[in-house]
Amino acid sequence: MSAINRELRVTYAFVERNFNLVKRYWGWEVVWLCYSIVNALSITFIGKASGSITGQPMTQRQTDEVILFLLLGTLVWHYLAVVFDCVSEMIAWERWEGTIEYTFMAPVSRFTHMIGSTVFSLVYGLLHTGIILLVVALFFDLDLSRANLAGATMVLMAGSASFVGLGIMASVMPLLFPERGAQMTHVVKASVLLVSGVYYPISVLPEWMQSVAAISPATYVLQGVRSALIEGARSGHLLGFVWPLIIIGAVTVPVGVLVFRACERYAKRTGKLKRNG
Amino acid sequence: MNQHIALSMHGVTKVFHKNGRRSWPWQSKAAGSTPDGPQEITAIDSASLVVKRGEILGVLGANGSGKSTLIRLISTLLIPDGGTIEVFGHDSLKDEMAIKRLINRVSVDAALFKKLSALENLSYAARLYGLNPRRAQEKAIAILKQLGIEPDRVRSPLEDMSRGMQQKVAIARALLTTPILLLLDEPTTGLDPRSKREVQGFVLRMRETHDTTVLLTTHDMDEADRLCDRIAILSDGKIVALDTPDGLKGIVERTNGHEPTMEEVFMTLTGKRLVNGEEDVEDTQGMSVGSTTP
Repeated sequence: MSAINRELRVTYAFVERNFNLVKRYWGWEVVWLCYSIVNALSITFIGKASGSITGQPMTQRQTDEVILFLLLGTLVWHYLAVVFDCVSEMIAWERWEGTIEYTFMAPVSRFTHMIGSTVFSLVYGLLHTGIILLVVALFFDLDLSRANLAGATMVLMAGSASFVGLGIMASVMPLLFPERGAQMTHVVKASVLLVSGVYYPISVLPEWMQSVAAISPATYVLQGVRSALIEGARSGHLLGFVWPLIIIGAVTVPVGVLVFRACERYAKRTGKLKRNG
Repeated sequence: MNQHIALSMHGVTKVFHKNGRRSWPWQSKAAGSTPDGPQEITAIDSASLVVKRGEILGVLGANGSGKSTLIRLISTLLIPDGGTIEVFGHDSLKDEMAIKRLINRVSVDAALFKKLSALENLSYAARLYGLNPRRAQEKAIAILKQLGIEPDRVRSPLEDMSRGMQQKVAIARALLTTPILLLLDEPTTGLDPRSKREVQGFVLRMRETHDTTVLLTTHDMDEADRLCDRIAILSDGKIVALDTPDGLKGIVERTNGHEPTMEEVFMTLTGKRLVNGEEDVEDTQGMSVGSTTP
């Protein structure tokens, strides 16, 4: 068997295992999906009510734009958060199930382990977000006639790499802190949510926060996807959002892998792999 | 590379630091201790041993003697602070991946995904080790059957199985990958006598059919006596004796006119160490002890 075949098989081990876990935890998956749909609807209804809330008369087109702004923010953030969670939880799951030592003892490179978790996160994130979009579309008359769907997908995929890198860095928390490491990863996610303009334009943020937004990959993903779907921006114009994402991804992924390797070594030196949180 | 030596350890030491604190080179030894107790725990203390290919080596030791740490060091889950570990000539620090391909381990707690079925767990393991999934599934069902798990149970979630059955699945998972060095960390703890026999029989068959070398830690003295070619006795991280079961029994004097049992041997050898100054445990057997050096 060639080395590539072997690595593909090992990569698929993580994808198959995670989908088997999703299947077995179906009750939780249903609850999580319902919560996500309700959450997306609640936020999008704020857009529909924007005229009533502000007391300012708004045209149907303006209202639709606010609805689309919030809906895209919700969906894109949901997708990115799912990708981040799936990758950052690759260690937390193993701790929870008590299998971390077994997986770390297997003849699998950590890079392959991460690729497997990433592939699962992308597929799972797209499926989850697609279902939410289908349900929310039933409630609102969305005008996507000008949308550049291919361009939006391009921006989303470029942004995924950056979130995978951030997820890998965050996944060391459960490795270093067996008891509460998984919860610590939420700090990273919450900070990105705050500064990236998910539910509001970043222009409303204090200046120093806008500077932080400039290095957040979510900022470029959200701006790019909104340009593609609301304004129908052409793919050439979207490259302005894609390049920063490629650069951020090219930094965060290798740095994440290096940080993870260093922390794995530390955990093996201090015996932290043994304890289950 | 000497293919006749499965495992060689020389002067292996592992020290754990409470709360992750490590003493710096300029700190005095006294800094390693606080009113809460010692800040450093020497889990393995200059341990050396050589295991020949195809041998079953037992490791006996009380709780906290360092047995599981020893297994973790060999399985590359811990990095030693001193000494060297080689598995079939591969150094544990330099050739970690090569060692991982040769070994598998069963721990006292069945480290499996409890929501997944036995077959799903074994399929995951097979893919991790690069096995053909279809052939691995057939082999998994056959191994599980030999261990007493019928095919109609292999698709049920493990959480619906007893602890003993879960442990059998963990054993099947290790056997599925046909390791040439099998590390068994109290594998039969929690199994009923019949299941114990089945697992022990399977281990012996593995050695006969696949030339598997086995390192077995256990509290079951009969198991050690029955399965092991040689037995190492570990006390406070030190190997205090290493010999064949008969050789160890020969060290200890006959009492009441009968040959000492393995339990008596264990109590005597570890008791001698404890009486000699480390802990205040009485030598219950009150026997004199011969040479205990490996």
